Amino acid sequence: MTKLLALLAIFAALFCAPLVIGSEFWLNTVLLALYAALLGQAWNILGGYGGQFSFGHALFFGVGAYSVAVLQVELGLSAWLGLVVGGALAAVVAVIVGFLTARYGLRGSYFALVTLAFAEVFRILSNSVSWTGAGEGILIPLDQRLAALQFPDTASAYWALWAITLACFLAVWRLERSRFGARLMAVRDNEDAAAAIGVDAMQVKLGAMALSGLFMGLAGVFYAQKFLYLDPAIAFGPEKSVEALLVPIVGGIGTLFGPLLGAFALHGVAEIARETMGDAPGLNMIVYGTILVCMVLFLPRGLAGLGKHVRRAFRA
Amino acid sequence: MFDSAILVPSVLNGITTGALYALVALGLTLIYGVLHIINFAHGALLMVALYMVYFLWKLAGLDPYWSLLIVPPAMFVIGYALQRLVITRASHGRDENILLVTLGLAILIENVALYLFSSDTQVVDTPYGFDVVEMFGAFVPYPKVVAFFGALATAAALWAFIRLTDLGRAIRAVAREKKGARLVGIEVGHVYAMSFGIGVGVLGIAACLLMPSYYVTPQVGHGFVLIAFTIVVLGGMGSFTGALIGGLVIGVVEAVGGLWLGESLGQIGIFAIFILILLFRPQGIMGHQA
Amino acid sequence: MATRMNRRGFLGTTAATAGVLAAPGILRAQAETVKVGLVHPVTGALAYSGNQCREGALMAIEDINAAGGIKSLGGAMLEGLVADSQSKPEVGAAETAKAIEGGAAGIVAGYASSITLATSQEAAKTNTPHIVDVGVSDKIVGRDLPNVFRLGPGYGKIAAFAVDNLVAINEGAGSPAKSVMIIHEESAFGTGTAGLLAEKLPEKGFEVLDVIKHANPTRDFTNIALQVKAAQPDIIIPAQYYNEYVLFARTLRQQRIEMQGIYSVLGGAASSFKFVEEFPEAAAYIMDCNHWYNPLSEEALRRRAAAEEKGLYYTYEVYLAYNAVALLADAMEQAGSADKEAVIEALAASTWDGHAMPYGPTKFVDGQNEGGQPVNTQVLDGKIEVILPPDFASAEAVFPMPKG
Repeated sequence: MTKLLALLAIFAALFCAPLVIGSEFWLNTVLLALYAALLGQAWNILGGYGGQFSFGHALFFGVGAYSVAVLQVELGLSAWLGLVVGGALAAVVAVIVGFLTARYGLRGSYFALVTLAFAEVFRILSNSVSWTGAGEGILIPLDQRLAALQFPDTASAYWALWAITLACFLAVWRLERSRFGARLMAVRDNEDAAAAIGVDAMQVKLGAMALSGLFMGLAGVFYAQKFLYLDPAIAFGPEKSVEALLVPIVGGIGTLFGPLLGAFALHGVAEIARETMGDAPGLNMIVYGTILVCMVLFLPRGLAGLGKHVRRAFRA
Repeated sequence: MFDSAILVPSVLNGITTGALYALVALGLTLIYGVLHIINFAHGALLMVALYMVYFLWKLAGLDPYWSLLIVPPAMFVIGYALQRLVITRASHGRDENILLVTLGLAILIENVALYLFSSDTQVVDTPYGFDVVEMFGAFVPYPKVVAFFGALATAAALWAFIRLTDLGRAIRAVAREKKGARLVGIEVGHVYAMSFGIGVGVLGIAACLLMPSYYVTPQVGHGFVLIAFTIVVLGGMGSFTGALIGGLVIGVVEAVGGLWLGESLGQIGIFAIFILILLFRPQGIMGHQA
Repeated sequence: MATRMNRRGFLGTTAATAGVLAAPGILRAQAETVKVGLVHPVTGALAYSGNQCREGALMAIEDINAAGGIKSLGGAMLEGLVADSQSKPEVGAAETAKAIEGGAAGIVAGYASSITLATSQEAAKTNTPHIVDVGVSDKIVGRDLPNVFRLGPGYGKIAAFAVDNLVAINEGAGSPAKSVMIIHEESAFGTGTAGLLAEKLPEKGFEVLDVIKHANPTRDFTNIALQVKAAQPDIIIPAQYYNEYVLFARTLRQQRIEMQGIYSVLGGAASSFKFVEEFPEAAAYIMDCNHWYNPLSEEALRRRAAAEEKGLYYTYEVYLAYNAVALLADAMEQAGSADKEAVIEALAASTWDGHAMPYGPTKFVDGQNEGGQPVNTQVLDGKIEVILPPDFASAEAVFPMPKG
């Protein structure tokens, strides 16, 4: 229960961010961190709780993003419908990929590489068919009203993102204490043992894929509606996949708060690197990379691991 | 489109390009086969090696092929040190830490290069850069013919090394059964670092053979990483012959796919094959059933 | 106009006198500074172009400050707030917001079309003037964002221009060329340009034998060269990034492909000093239709010399970003204010002609300068010469290219 209270308290505080942060820039930074937390948590459902490391989460992101864009631009349908379709389609694609990989028993790095390949296939396809705008990309016409699911200011975009992210975190909180979650973690820890006590590994894996894909797809919908432009590299490129896995690994995988910690830490580090390193191109990224390497060297269990360590130290 | 006047040279070209891919993948497959880690810094390290070749040519006038005497050993030292000083220490026995640390290294190395060398595209100008070898009515660029035989020789040398030397036997022992190897007195940490070092050293060979027909920028590695992973899986992780055959297959698939579907969409052939192999024969062409 | 000149002259003299009397530090403290946000992709995939843009923009600020700053603002100095978009639209937007909050009165951004769409949208929220330095997609302007201006041409204009001039060059030689083949990269600029060319060239009597789209990076161009060889087009039209262009040009030579001409659109040997320097033989007689400075303008030559002094190649990124800053500064000068509303109004009415580009009269319609246009260049005797339009030409076109 304390976990839920902590979660709600954090999100209540996050809700107030636009009210207390007067600076457009800082609000934007918090928004980007929250967005990274959403990507990270979506990945964490499958990677952290399910033990299935995906290198291709951009696949689900891109499906969600392109769904909402194509529905509006090509079919003239409402973006709100796109929100539903984008999330659902991403979940469906995730289930299909999950079925194929589970059916053929792909785990570990094989699973990782096959998801990466699927994302690349979609990137190349979206570059080739005309209704995605192909290489020219797809531009959603500017119409900054809530009815068009666009955001006239940063605060409204922020709250929309906040709602999706809260839903995602609540789902993970629920997952941690549900029978489904217990089965998922049992499969993660030892698939054969889980099967022996009657857990249907295929079923729980597909469930995790669907949930993970759904939230990744919703993140894609949000991205499309916020920035209004997509091209194949933005939607399906490996950078998105890397961002999604970096956040929870830094924060602590398989933990509820890990993605949040990781996202804010990474954005904090990036910002500090930018502020302190002056303007020479590349220098900020050098600092970023160095801190990343040092983090792994000194914090083997991510930031959440650090938290546990500190708590233990206090108790002792 | 499938006119033999195009198809024959296209396949020939696919084979020679594939040999270059195989060279990049040979090191990766050794590292994967022994350490079981996915090395995200592989592309960045290839870039480092390419810059070495470039600067040796630019500053000392050294032909890229003479750099074969310098760059691979230098890359070996870098690889050995990286594994000993950074990667082992970072792992703490967790796969995701290796992932993270190689990612961090890739970002770091790439941006150090950007900071030091700027992002200008650099090429080397060799007297044989535009030479071609005529084969079955096709013009095959001379540097690619050299790269093809270089890839064969490198794969053969690696195979002989792993089969015939004491260190090779130790590497195989560690790859198969780490604990057992330790029990019989093999120093696992050293074997790991040697494997990583050799894998990175092979990248040095790849760089020397690639540079006469390519270019270098801080981001150049990106274009080869995915391909190299594909080849490693295709050939069977840890198999040198597999990597060589896998490289040639991917080169031909890319060439023919490009003719058939267009150069942009044709890239899909590589990933389609990759997915099919993973699903139906995850041990790869030359791998053994697990 | 006359009164303004007088006032400017007066302020100029006062500033100069003050400069003699006071220490430079105090002078700077007295005159207000005007901040300009410079958001470019200096790391990541677009790092080279991003850095060239940044350098060009900073050169403009240096020049303007050295000439006494914004005179109608009491000699206010420009200060560049440089930012790195890391080749990502979302980071570009965030950095734009940061610059605006840091007091930027205007934004110059973002090189790539995808990033520029995001930065201009972000600047629109605060109605901050946003000058597009490169971003050739025609989707950037004409989005009903009143704060967005582009001095240079978009790809629609460039493609139309490329077609007309190709026809003119061909007719001038007795119409030897009948067929073309288009080779383009797969992102926005290549796809957009190639699409327009493939649509317009048949209307002018050219047969388009094939349009080949390729990935970035394409590691090997032999396959494409073989297809060119089989199709035997009279003219090859590439629209590619530099790295791919280098490999493609090399491969054409290796495969000994003969044609009447290579006519690159947006990017190519005849607009790259680096390529001509490194591959003089492969570059010979290649024609481009691209952004280029006015070779007859002394100001352009001075800027080029200054850029080369800094060890930069004088590429399109440099002068387009330079002009983006200078245009913004001029609008402030005209407005006599750094107020956003006033500057946007001044931009919309701008007739600025200090760009040293081969452009027509400056006139903005929906944010696009109608005077902005590309030119045709050709590599002749190891030099890049302008061959069209005649008003700016420094040499005659050589077409078809001599054999051997």
